[in-house]
Amino acid sequence: MPTIDLAKDDLRALNQQLQTAARAVAEAQSNETQWRIDNPRGSHAIAVGLDGPIAVTVGGSTGYYCAGMNKEASITVEGSAGPGVAENMMSGTVVIEGDASQYAGATGRGGLLVVKGNAASRCGISMKGIDIVVHGNIGHMSAFMAQSGTLVVCGDAGDALGDSLYEARLFVRGSVKSLGADCVEKEMRPEYLELLADLLERAGADARPEEFRRYGSARQLYTFNIDNASSY
Amino acid sequence: MTDNPHRTTPVKSWTFDDRTNSEIRRAAATGIYDIRGGGAKRRVPHFDDLLFLGASVSRYPLEGYRETCATDVSLGPRHAANPIKLDIPITIAGMSFGALSGTAKEALGRGATAAGTSTTTGDGGMTEEERGHSDKLVYQYLPSRYGMNPDDLRRADAIEIVVGQGAKPGGGGMLLGQKISDRVAEMRNLPEGIDQRSACRHPDWTGPDDLEIKILELREITGWKVPIYVKVGGARPYFDTTLAVKAGADVVVLDGMQGGTAATQDVFIEHVGQPTLACIRPAVKALQDLGLHRDGVQLVISGGIRSGADVAKAIALGADAVSIGTAALIALGDNDPKWEADYQKLGTTAGAYDDWHEGQDPAGINTQDPELQKRLDPVLGGRRLSNYLKVMTLEAQTIARACGKSHLHNLEPEDLCALTIEAAAMAQVPLAGTDWYPGKAGF
Repeated sequence: MPTIDLAKDDLRALNQQLQTAARAVAEAQSNETQWRIDNPRGSHAIAVGLDGPIAVTVGGSTGYYCAGMNKEASITVEGSAGPGVAENMMSGTVVIEGDASQYAGATGRGGLLVVKGNAASRCGISMKGIDIVVHGNIGHMSAFMAQSGTLVVCGDAGDALGDSLYEARLFVRGSVKSLGADCVEKEMRPEYLELLADLLERAGADARPEEFRRYGSARQLYTFNIDNASSY
Repeated sequence: MTDNPHRTTPVKSWTFDDRTNSEIRRAAATGIYDIRGGGAKRRVPHFDDLLFLGASVSRYPLEGYRETCATDVSLGPRHAANPIKLDIPITIAGMSFGALSGTAKEALGRGATAAGTSTTTGDGGMTEEERGHSDKLVYQYLPSRYGMNPDDLRRADAIEIVVGQGAKPGGGGMLLGQKISDRVAEMRNLPEGIDQRSACRHPDWTGPDDLEIKILELREITGWKVPIYVKVGGARPYFDTTLAVKAGADVVVLDGMQGGTAATQDVFIEHVGQPTLACIRPAVKALQDLGLHRDGVQLVISGGIRSGADVAKAIALGADAVSIGTAALIALGDNDPKWEADYQKLGTTAGAYDDWHEGQDPAGINTQDPELQKRLDPVLGGRRLSNYLKVMTLEAQTIARACGKSHLHNLEPEDLCALTIEAAAMAQVPLAGTDWYPGKAGF
């Protein structure tokens, strides 16, 4: 397995190698699919813009925007991740073995983000199709203006969950400190239990779908109305 | 009316004038603030308040039509392997697909390309019409991230991180449901027909320290090939420019309050931000203090640019290039009197129409209505825009030659005087007939 050591190589060399490798695999020009990064030491923008089905293991914690805009690649961080991990991810899988800082999965359009620890505030902000599974708790204002996709929280959620939500689906197993504007609890139906079972299994989460409650948009703020002014 | 011959003429309030009263009545009746497109309509100090001095005994003019006055500009050589090289210093500003039709975006691309300049995407992503017809396309990276994807990012010739815009510094936007067609809804990943809010700040960074890391990420994804612009509204131009450059911007785009928007509250457009004229010198000072003016980071000015005279004045004050939005739409046919009957049906008149968000633009530009869109021929529209850009360039060259300049960038504040004290203060050029401007020592 090729290994890139960030104690020796710089960030540009790292991303250039990974981006080239991902494209080569996507175009069937290479079968070098397993990569490892040592000594990440909290560097920013590690493994960003990958565009092909390679697997990257990061041997430590990362700074901002690790796995940003990922397409098809599978990226595992064997530590914690800084702000904006997997931001605007298009597809693929990103797994954080530790905790994730704020904005995890922001504006993500597809793929699966798994946080095995806790995620800080604004997890899934403005998400647009990504699936996010957090084994622990999430911070305040998570799923703010979330448009589509699924956020699953096996622990508790902080204040203002799902504020100004659009069509994203939210599932929380523990407590919700408060719901944001236009976010309401909704009936758990069989199709959602099925969806949850699949996501929990893919995320390796030890939880049963029946333990979760579902939240979504009340759709009262979709069109401006002066009588809702206190909600804006 | 009374027959009393001693009655004084009735007086309407200056404070509560007819327009103000009509707005109060409208708000009371509808329960919604006025949303409209465009930029500030109020009179503010502008380029019209400046004059060029021209050459005389102390300056030597260049011969019109014979001696060269170059107009080219390179944007973003500071960090990018492939800076944007333009034939003319007039670019097309970001305007969204969604606000504009795909046909209008195509026309903008055609016109800009024919004139040797760039065009810019907007909130809503990159369309094939626009990419296909734009030789140089700047991809806006906006707070909403509508339509944002890394493939388009890599197809762009430059990236413009939008922090704010002149019509609404600190504000987001709202695309009302009437304009959310199937295609717009799909690109923005939202249900058809609902109001779509564009966020006022980015979802994954706050402040200049974060912005520096965001710029690093974008450079890593695009291989350090393309320039990164940072666009700010005219709020605190000295500090905003300084911080944008500190964060790593190759180009700062500074948009004054006359800069247009597709849809925002009228109260925001008219009451937040500074006039374009007031923004330029502080931004230039910031670049000079950093040692990067004219040699490192480029400054692009927008907001109310209409003519070659405006172009020349902005450059003389220190801009490297300008950007036009509203003027480009007018060149395509926006607010053309030939559609007056249709404007009247909408309760307005040609020249005043600004309800672009309602999707009924008679000119077929700011609409998603397939029938209205047919009113804009993208080939003809592109030709009109190209003509207009070339006329502006010729006008700017004419002025520059008269000032003895062999390149537009050789224009300087010393070539200007101001007609009003306010303009003199903002532009920091002498009041006409004096050697003084407010703030200059010796007053």
